[in-house]
Amino acid sequence: MAWYIGRRVLQMIPVFLGATLLIYAMVFLLPGDPVAALGGDRGLNPAVAEQIRAEFNLDKPFFVQYLLYLKGILTLDFGTTFSGRAVIDVMGEAFPVTIQLAVMALIFEGVLGIGFGLIAGLRKGGVFDATLLLVSLFVIAMPTFVIGFVMQYVVGVKLQWLPPTVGGDVSFQTLLMPAIVLGAVSFAYVLRLTRTSVAENLSADFVRTATAKGLTRSRVVNVHVLRNSLIPVITFLGADLGGLMAGAIVTEGIFNIPGVGNTLYKAIQQGQAPTVVSLVTVLVIVYIFANLFVDLLYAALDPRIRYA
Amino acid sequence: MPELTRPHQSHFFADLDSTPLGLVDLVDESAAPASLWVEAWHSLRRRPLFWISATLIALVTLVALFPSLFTSLDPGFCELKYSLDPPTAGHPFGFDRQGCDIYSRTIYGARASVTVGVLTTLVVVLIGSVFGAFAGFYGGWFDSLLSRVTDIFFAIPLVLAAIVVMQMYDDVSVMTVTVVLGVFGWPQIARITRGAVMSVKNADFITAAKALGSSRLATLARHVMPNSAAPIIVTATVSLGIFIVAEATLSYLGIGLPTSIVSWGADISKAQASLRSQPSVLFYPAGALALTVLSFIMMGDVVRDALDPKARKR
Repeated sequence: MAWYIGRRVLQMIPVFLGATLLIYAMVFLLPGDPVAALGGDRGLNPAVAEQIRAEFNLDKPFFVQYLLYLKGILTLDFGTTFSGRAVIDVMGEAFPVTIQLAVMALIFEGVLGIGFGLIAGLRKGGVFDATLLLVSLFVIAMPTFVIGFVMQYVVGVKLQWLPPTVGGDVSFQTLLMPAIVLGAVSFAYVLRLTRTSVAENLSADFVRTATAKGLTRSRVVNVHVLRNSLIPVITFLGADLGGLMAGAIVTEGIFNIPGVGNTLYKAIQQGQAPTVVSLVTVLVIVYIFANLFVDLLYAALDPRIRYA
Repeated sequence: MPELTRPHQSHFFADLDSTPLGLVDLVDESAAPASLWVEAWHSLRRRPLFWISATLIALVTLVALFPSLFTSLDPGFCELKYSLDPPTAGHPFGFDRQGCDIYSRTIYGARASVTVGVLTTLVVVLIGSVFGAFAGFYGGWFDSLLSRVTDIFFAIPLVLAAIVVMQMYDDVSVMTVTVVLGVFGWPQIARITRGAVMSVKNADFITAAKALGSSRLATLARHVMPNSAAPIIVTATVSLGIFIVAEATLSYLGIGLPTSIVSWGADISKAQASLRSQPSVLFYPAGALALTVLSFIMMGDVVRDALDPKARKR
């Protein structure tokens, strides 16, 4: 196992370097000048543009720029926004909110997805199963922002069950609806994954043995079927945590939540390329670590992986 | 057929044709064995879901190609005096805030979504299958190298990468969206292709092809790839739907297609403001989008079931 962990962590290093280089290159090597864009249609005073370029190291050769940027990431120095605040301070305010939102979404999709998926898998081919499958397809086919608009309008404005926007008031109650919207698509995936996995395991030899031993139905299902079926589901949930942080851009915009997604969205609208790069980099690092964690968890749950 | 009942026979023998054994003899051995695809087709055509999604895909494609067949109205022609009016004769879906006919905008919006979906899927399959095939077939350090490159692109979530790149462009076209989504969307196909190629490349018929003098590249192209195509096609069909959603999300964020191109994503985004006074402004473009995506995802699902012999038996 130690050997597997070591190999997996070593593999992460080139991915980390490559991904950060890619993001940096996307923003600063592509046609289009982030500094010139700051001036809008009137254009920027050349002296001011020169000063901003020097401040963000944009006057140096590309690889020097990238190395300075990499040094910044490793020393947790993400630079400042164009308005002069340290990016790390902005993140310090925004990240806890987004993490709370993402974790709530994860719990929602995990509990309900596994629960409904289990019931559907146990009664594969039944009416309940068919209904759930169709509902899950509709949820996957519907863009998150449409689900968001409709929920906001129906639950928030019409029925007034939950507050329609969050604003400055971040609490469990205000984040509940955004979390459901954010987790909706993944909920459908978890449901389908659990269903397939349960239905497959039900006909496995070890389940027949357990039944033949005289175990009760509930013990066979809860201990033998469910535990084995959860391996792919847990993998999906772990990887999804990173995906949810990225998906938060849309959800946070709709419900006006002061999280990373909203900060990123505003930075994009204002053309603050260095801030965008910093925020995206942190999100990608979270994503890479989530994937690493999942792989290790997978190996811990399923011995076949680490000996392969 | 020889005579089975003999004079001294005390038991009854059934005629061979009426026993289950007769069925074995009935199989035509001279014909080619049914291929995976033929068998899949036989099981597909009995599934109602297949026909539903096939019909929907055909309809959406037709609408995207020839929108003028379905409406005589110009989607860009709007009159403010009709702003948010309910449906009337000739305008079955009513009007949006600018007084444009929602029906004709929904019809004309199909082209942008379907074009982005189809072209992006082509780009993704092209890049992904080449990367995955070479990595899986040649193995060794070459595989390690290509797999790490795939991991790098995989580490950046699709919409996030698209946001970073798209914010740089002022004049976005269907091509821009396609290229950006394509460049960051291929890793999944690459991984699936690599897995499929690796599971096929050690089969006996590949060894046979090599023994008959087929070069490595020819073996890969003629024998390995056709036998790895099934999972690639299934994933590509489902991703087509996902790319349409991604394009709409970019339009919603205001960095996708400009408002000069009629698209569902931009119309849905605009509908947010009018949702409270006239819900149908949101309902029709969102419904059309969801139905289109749904038909591709359903198609992928049904085809996956049909191509999987294990799932077919049950």
